[in-house]
Amino acid sequence: MTPLDITTQLLQVLCALALAPAFLGWVNQCRAWLQNRAAPSVLQPYRGLRKLLIKESVLAENASSLFRFAPYIVFGTMVAAAAIIPSMGTGLPMSLAADGIALVGLLATARVFLSLAAMDVGTAFGTLGARREMMVGFLAEPALLMTLFVAAMISHTTSLPLIAAELTNRAPALYPSLAFTAVAFTMVLLAENARIPVDNPATHLELTMIHEAMLLEYSGRHLALMEWAAALKLFNYACIGFALFLPWGTSREAWGPAGLALAAPLLLLKLALAGGALALIETVSAKLRVFRAPEFLATAFLLAVLGLLVHLLLGD
Amino acid sequence: MGFTFSYLNGCLAMLLAWGGIGLAGLVRPRSVEFAGRTLFPLGALCGAALAALAVASLAVPAEQTVLPLGLPGLPFHLRRDALSSAFLALLGATSVGVSLFAAGYFRRGEGTAPGLLCLEYHVFLASMGFVMLADDAYAFMVGWECMALSSYFLVTTQHRIPEIRSAGFLYLLVAHVGAISILLGFGVLQGGSWQFTFDAMRSARLDPAWASAAFGLALFGFGAKAGLVPLHVWLPEAHPAAPSPVSALMSGVMLKTAVYGMLRVCFDLVGAPQWWWGLIVLGLGLGSAFYGVIFAAVQTDMKRLLAWSSIENLGVIFAGLGLAIVFRGSNLAPLAALALMATLYHCLNHALMKSILFLGTGAVLHATGERNLGRLGGLIHRMPWIAWLTLVGVLAIAGLPPLNGFVSEWLLLQSFLFAGRVPESFVNMLLPLGAAVVALCTALAGYVMVKFFGVIFLGQPREPTLAQAPDGGILERLGLLWLALGCLALGVLPVQVIAMLEPVTRELLHLPALSWGSRWWLLAPPAAGQASYGPLALFALTLLVVFIALLALRVSIRQRTRRGPAWDCGFARLDPRMQDTAEGFGQPIRHIFEPFFAMHRELPSPFDAAPRYRVAVGDRLWTLLYEPLAGIVRAAADRAARLQQGRIATYLLYSFVTLIVLLALVL
Amino acid sequence: MNPLPLDLQLLNACASLLLLLSFSMLAQRRVVNLVNLLALQGALLCFATVLVALRTGQAHLYLSAALTLALKVIGLPLLLHRLIRRLGVYWDAEPVINPSGTMLIGLLIVVFSFGLAQPLAALASTATRSTLGIAIAVILLAFLAMITRRKAMSQVVAFLSMENGLFFGAMSATYGMPMVVELGVALDVLVAMLVLGVFFFQIREQFDSLDLHHLESLKEVE
Repeated sequence: MTPLDITTQLLQVLCALALAPAFLGWVNQCRAWLQNRAAPSVLQPYRGLRKLLIKESVLAENASSLFRFAPYIVFGTMVAAAAIIPSMGTGLPMSLAADGIALVGLLATARVFLSLAAMDVGTAFGTLGARREMMVGFLAEPALLMTLFVAAMISHTTSLPLIAAELTNRAPALYPSLAFTAVAFTMVLLAENARIPVDNPATHLELTMIHEAMLLEYSGRHLALMEWAAALKLFNYACIGFALFLPWGTSREAWGPAGLALAAPLLLLKLALAGGALALIETVSAKLRVFRAPEFLATAFLLAVLGLLVHLLLGD
Repeated sequence: MGFTFSYLNGCLAMLLAWGGIGLAGLVRPRSVEFAGRTLFPLGALCGAALAALAVASLAVPAEQTVLPLGLPGLPFHLRRDALSSAFLALLGATSVGVSLFAAGYFRRGEGTAPGLLCLEYHVFLASMGFVMLADDAYAFMVGWECMALSSYFLVTTQHRIPEIRSAGFLYLLVAHVGAISILLGFGVLQGGSWQFTFDAMRSARLDPAWASAAFGLALFGFGAKAGLVPLHVWLPEAHPAAPSPVSALMSGVMLKTAVYGMLRVCFDLVGAPQWWWGLIVLGLGLGSAFYGVIFAAVQTDMKRLLAWSSIENLGVIFAGLGLAIVFRGSNLAPLAALALMATLYHCLNHALMKSILFLGTGAVLHATGERNLGRLGGLIHRMPWIAWLTLVGVLAIAGLPPLNGFVSEWLLLQSFLFAGRVPESFVNMLLPLGAAVVALCTALAGYVMVKFFGVIFLGQPREPTLAQAPDGGILERLGLLWLALGCLALGVLPVQVIAMLEPVTRELLHLPALSWGSRWWLLAPPAAGQASYGPLALFALTLLVVFIALLALRVSIRQRTRRGPAWDCGFARLDPRMQDTAEGFGQPIRHIFEPFFAMHRELPSPFDAAPRYRVAVGDRLWTLLYEPLAGIVRAAADRAARLQQGRIATYLLYSFVTLIVLLALVL
Repeated sequence: MNPLPLDLQLLNACASLLLLLSFSMLAQRRVVNLVNLLALQGALLCFATVLVALRTGQAHLYLSAALTLALKVIGLPLLLHRLIRRLGVYWDAEPVINPSGTMLIGLLIVVFSFGLAQPLAALASTATRSTLGIAIAVILLAFLAMITRRKAMSQVVAFLSMENGLFFGAMSATYGMPMVVELGVALDVLVAMLVLGVFFFQIREQFDSLDLHHLESLKEVE
């Protein structure tokens, strides 16, 4: 554990915290452009967060302390996840403590707390959102895990930085298995982050909403934390995608501080591209009925398993 | 036997003490005070002592003794080795929490008298311990039957209710069919020596066909006890029928005796398991895990839900066991050690977390008199202690870090992931699918647990009577606290726990000592590539972030919080009936996995004045397997009934013919 | 470890895409899209054949690639499109019964065929043998598609996809079938297509629909 590693670690967490709302803003901006709307500024999510943070928080009369704690826990797990994912460097001290499986576990923890909090007040929308979130989750989680497994089988470890390093160091080659899982991963990303084919982040009070339904009772700083956590989640998923499928440019220990200096702009570039792609996908696809969502996710799960099988057969 | 101290004698003394405490209950059979305030806490003390002895003895070499008891020429052989110690530790540690809880739980005027209940309860505990110490088939079967009978009486505590009587009967039936199979299995294992000590079985060299037969019989027998699908039918009936502490013990510990038996037979008595046995166990385990969890998701009775969840967890345990057998049979000892460790770890985990959940439901049941999820809700306000402690169990069983359920899941997935080294290529293809099923089941377990906790403890009370529900008493809280702390300890200190359990894998797999972690806080199994897991660091980081966030918000922003009515979404009146019911929460699962359920729906017509919707979800295996089977048995019984003529002369004729045939055969 | 040479990588990618297309066919509802998927599959097959031809330098493979291109990428899809238009079933969609379940069975089939292919591939000496499992899977998945479909048109498409799988399998195992066999098969497929085309019109005239469950009424014993 060198000082550089610790710096990378700290920098990465701070970067995630700072950049996550901007990434969300960028996706929204791209979406607006693609849909011929006047685009909000990239900084809009920050303004939203600031507004929420200074507003007072209104708790429902029968909200329990679980409801008050949940935003902190969700936020904490998301930050912890950001510390594990090698978005800027591979020599992260925290990534020893949690590999890919633990990362999936952390994300599941956040989901469970979010759902429990949504059930706490006992409104129709809250429980509806919680139920749907868990429905999406129970299919998305294994699909994500299988995606990680394919990468782990290729590089013989479940540790994310090692996977990223291994995939970068290899001679460039086509990995059909990774292609399968990349598609699966994209589908999981869309579903887990309440993006369009599964959920619509822009609407409230439609019968099809999932994520927003769970946050209906939150306000003020609690809502700010939840929103921030959601932005972090999107950021984290993008970074998982980079680590597995576009690992080039993450700093290695051997490169020293120069690597870190190189990694930061590359990360920004990747984020910009990913945000554009995400906006494009959201623009060209139609929202699915809620009951088609399991089919969508089952397909993702299937693709990931298929990728695993193809890997075993072709042995790449 | 002498008075020299050995761990075996120490453990035996604790079992005897349990027996003694049980008998003491008969002194004042009607006194709840005596049994509850004196005997059960004493039993908990014994459990703590047993756990301490067992943990201390894990690394101690095997000890044997012969009890001068039993039939003439057939004394009880006892042996304590690392495997026994591990399961005795599980029994002891779980019983501490459960007994403490039970001390405050049993009330007057509920079925069996408290003194008698105390006897049954402690005999149940002692017989489970005895099973784990037995070193011959005779002692094992005596312990096994005592366990089955005492638990039968415990299940039928409220024997005046017909459903409970029939649940008890079903349990007894399956238990005995299983026991016969185990007995036959021991018969095969002795391999012609007609010595029924385990030592003789270890030295008997069975040819592969006989070994496989013994394995099959053991799998059937122990599978029936563990509730593997399709032998699971008794579980969702018996667990809800029993009083909650008993359900906790049955689910937490008794099901593990079946795992113990499988481990004993496959890795110890047979000696070298064949790899394809593992595939069968793995397949059955995964099937049970999946079947169990989807049925758990659609239950509306909280204890029945937990019973199905037990089927799931035992399925996961058996999947790990099967994987260990595959690796052992393919001579991949380090991987086998990993899978076996996952199995043992999950046994311990499940014992603790399922006990928490069953005890939590017990407390809710006592406070509200309701087992139906549709009439609960909002109890976190009235029963904060029970709710928060149950939440620990809920998070643990959903497999979330940093609690213990995740550790075993992690170990199991790691062993699946590196399964690509099995020589048979076809198996190589199949095993990752197993990982997919495990991942799916764990995620579904999360769904089930959110439903369980959310519907019971969160939201608004669905019945007005719930507003008077009292929180658990001090003993109940203590019992739950013990178990919850256990969950936390197993979750954040995996390296230490594994170091303690390691003698078991060493003994069963004949391995040298392996290193499971380079640092005290970092779990890094030898077979799992370079992956590592440090729950303490992860936990600390998350807590740090939470703390910083709290502090930052408190310092920088004027904290203003107001209470207001929940937003009613534009409806005039928001009432508790608008929340999801248990049926509603399970609806996606019912919809997605429809072919697995036998569903009966009653839909209202548009013109109903008082519309009612009802859905009942049944187990298809009843109609597909058990009813035809019952038909066959009945038909066979009818055939056999023709023998019964009622005339003395006919019976004499039977005896005469039998005699002639036997004479002809012998001479 | 050394990565595979580029052409084999491309071939593997082709094979994986073929498998993916087979799965999409299982889940696809619209007949028109099915035909397009089939054309795509043919194109991939053609590409893979050229790759193998480049690698091995066997001249007859170029020919069979050309044949594939002419027949499976251009000829048959055009014919099918024409048929669809003439029959007026352009917007026909059929309910896929439990798509997730069908896909799950498909997955098991893939496991089965991969397991089946491994000992077979060990016998073959070609550089392309690792894709044999995918070929078998494509054949069996097409079979599954034929079982689960009820419209005559989609059954024919599945049948043709099965033929693609066979062709690909032959290429992976032995660098293609002898030219005579290939030509024969191609002709057979063409003739079968024509016959089926006539057949469709007959079926529709008889039942006013291309739904094959009407054929169930043709049995003699009730």
